[in-house]
Amino acid sequence: MSPSISSPIERVESTPTLSVRGVVVDFPGVRALDRVDFDAHTGEIHALMGENGAGKSTLINVLSGLYPPREGTIHLDGREIRPRTPREAQAVGLSTVHQEIDLVPAMSVADNICLGRHPTRTGLIRQGATRRRAEAALASLGMYVDVSGSLGDHPIAVQQMVAIARAMDIDARVLILDEPTSSLDATETDHLFRVLQHLRDQGLCIVFVSHFLDQVYRLADRITVLRNGMKVGVWEVAALPKPALIEAMTGRTIEREPQNTASGSTDAAPEALLEVDGLGRRAVLAPTSLTVRAGESLGLAGLRGSGRTELARLIFGADAADEGQVRVGGARIPAGSVRDAIARGLAFTPEDRKAEGLVLDLSVRENILLAMQARRGALRPLRPPQQMQLADHYIRSLNIRTPDAETPVRNLSGGNQQKVLLARWLAVQPRVLILDEPTRGIDVGARAEIESLIARLRAEGLAIVLISSELDEIVRTCGRVLILRDRRTVGELEGTRITESAILAVIAGAGTVAGSHE
Amino acid sequence: MMVPSPPARRPAALWPALGIALLIIINALFDLLAPGGPGLVGPGAFLHVSLRDGVPAGALIDILNYGATFVILALGMTPVIATRGVDLSVGSIMAISGAVAATMSVGGRPAAESIALAVGIAALCGLWNGVLVSVLRLQPFVATLVLMVAGRGVAQMITDSQITTFHDATLEYIGLGRPSWLPLPFSFILAGALLGVTIVAVRKTALGLLLEAVGGNPEAARLAGVRARLLIVGTYVWCGACAGVAGLIAAANIKAADPFHAGRNLELAAIFAVVVGGTPLTGGRLNLVGAAVGGLLMQCLTTTMYTRNIGADVAPLPQALVILAVCIAGAAPVRAMRAQKAAR
Repeated sequence: MSPSISSPIERVESTPTLSVRGVVVDFPGVRALDRVDFDAHTGEIHALMGENGAGKSTLINVLSGLYPPREGTIHLDGREIRPRTPREAQAVGLSTVHQEIDLVPAMSVADNICLGRHPTRTGLIRQGATRRRAEAALASLGMYVDVSGSLGDHPIAVQQMVAIARAMDIDARVLILDEPTSSLDATETDHLFRVLQHLRDQGLCIVFVSHFLDQVYRLADRITVLRNGMKVGVWEVAALPKPALIEAMTGRTIEREPQNTASGSTDAAPEALLEVDGLGRRAVLAPTSLTVRAGESLGLAGLRGSGRTELARLIFGADAADEGQVRVGGARIPAGSVRDAIARGLAFTPEDRKAEGLVLDLSVRENILLAMQARRGALRPLRPPQQMQLADHYIRSLNIRTPDAETPVRNLSGGNQQKVLLARWLAVQPRVLILDEPTRGIDVGARAEIESLIARLRAEGLAIVLISSELDEIVRTCGRVLILRDRRTVGELEGTRITESAILAVIAGAGTVAGSHE
Repeated sequence: MMVPSPPARRPAALWPALGIALLIIINALFDLLAPGGPGLVGPGAFLHVSLRDGVPAGALIDILNYGATFVILALGMTPVIATRGVDLSVGSIMAISGAVAATMSVGGRPAAESIALAVGIAALCGLWNGVLVSVLRLQPFVATLVLMVAGRGVAQMITDSQITTFHDATLEYIGLGRPSWLPLPFSFILAGALLGVTIVAVRKTALGLLLEAVGGNPEAARLAGVRARLLIVGTYVWCGACAGVAGLIAAANIKAADPFHAGRNLELAAIFAVVVGGTPLTGGRLNLVGAAVGGLLMQCLTTTMYTRNIGADVAPLPQALVILAVCIAGAAPVRAMRAQKAAR
């Protein structure tokens, strides 16, 4: 029996716990999954890898009952299952924790874990039993939190654990995790991984999707790679070195961007495009100062919640600062005025591009057009042919993969959505570009493209402010790094002194670094 | 190089249009099959159009005439709903507008002045709604509920709790006029003209894009530099002004301002017309033609009830059934089912 011709390995083994055969899913105009096979066994962590648009999410949605497949079969423990809704999938033992945690923030932790399956007596919910069951479920994951408090008051990492506890509470046979670490910091990720390994050793089958290659290598036992809706193959992790994995995912060899240590920041100092002086807001950010010159890129490093995003939003005026000032090209920008900031040449791509950046139901063309049109005003519309030209120009120059300019942005993969957002700002020709986690949740190929775009823009004389949790990205891209901790600046690194370990040392508070602002 | 223009949007006016066609067919069948009935186009039949005093009359003409009110209300409501709002006060604004015009007219003021003041005050009512929603950030439902309840009281104050009849040829023409150059009611021509103006204002400027961006993702629109709050205030002002015009038509139809009944329950009809016309209550999309056809569908229903002699007390039931049928036909799961069938 040969379920997949291209499979480099075939384990001769007992029947897999989860067995997907020849699944086909069609979307209008696209075949999202094309006769895909996928096996996962009890007691293994199986990584599902592929670039955005490869079909990972579609396969997960098939397994979680969101998209009934057009063809193909799914077997669980040898019995065929046809989950048609998430509820049916859970009932047979397939439990999915989605990337955007789909819990109810306003309800208590306990209610979230037991939602829909509350212990009851004569139809009434037994509060005490609910709490105890939730506490037990969390304790088995090494979590001890107040289960009566609202879920929304807990950090993302706890919410993630609650989602997993909920999955475990329904006696899942297979636990599917879609990008579980995209919102977690290093410590939280470590904890999650220990929990997952523990669950695996107890005999759970875990399917894991992540863009972080390092994490996949740390955690997974086997890897299945998808590309363009088709299965490329399945490998033991040890048998698949990273470059080979990337080749399998992209179908081509990736050239790494050259290390960017010589940033040229010491040449005859170019114009200071962005000057931030004592900018702060009570309970949000201690007064912070920074300067970014033309052709320079400044990194903002620090843990999530350290104040990086808050600083970016105050600079752009998305939130109003109550002290300090921002000048762009020497002109002062009134606090909290996005329109003035844009008019002076500031641009900002937010961390959560779906919630704060894109209008998902509008087309690629309309999303690219938005900032320019907002600036021109409603009464000076760009003529339709010019709109098309503008959209086509950026689709080509940024290599945005979309069927056409009229496709709703919702249908694009994360990397291409990010490019649309960048195109929107490039269309208004900004002088200062503030990028908050521009490569979060984006695959290797698109990440490299966005990094090289940043380099190109810097060469054209833009000032870049880059926030990233990926320290290697900051090291590659930035000539100077500001490090934040507990909502204040705690250090600054420059040129060749920027290394991952140096940044980590400052974040961890190991001594002050020369050049610190405070 | 040839650059193609962006493609036209899909016609969402289809479902309400089919609803109207269905109603007309049902009416025609009743006429045709009823023993001793008028036949398909005989006098008294639904499809019968006669010339009365040199102007066309009949059920179909009635639909166009009285439908103008629904169409104009729906046109006003569409941008509000497209930006995630709703305006429950349009019925009361209609009453205020009619009351203002009638009182002015009885007081001997020229028609132009009465009309301008009535529509102006209606727009101010919209501004009030807009400020509550956009500046004070009240939920649209609650903010406009205030004026829905209070507005009728205001209208009664203006007319001293009387039904105020007026005699002004120009004012009456808004509701009853039949231009010599076109065999259609003036009110319907007015609604058509407003539709045309609105489409141009929304689609030939960037207003449509900005409104859809605000409705689709308010925060993203704000961060892209769109004046979201100003736009939202604008939608309520526009909605109020449209309700003012609709109020004038309603008053002119009966040559009187009735502060108790003018526009009563029409806010719900207007919201339905907008939604069935393809503008979702969740916002982010805007369909003016759909809303206008939806408005005609509402009037078609009402007229059908009259011509079939269904009493006003039971009329809501068949009305609701037709509305339900149109909604089901356009509902997402049903559309998906059809698409699947078509694909096979």
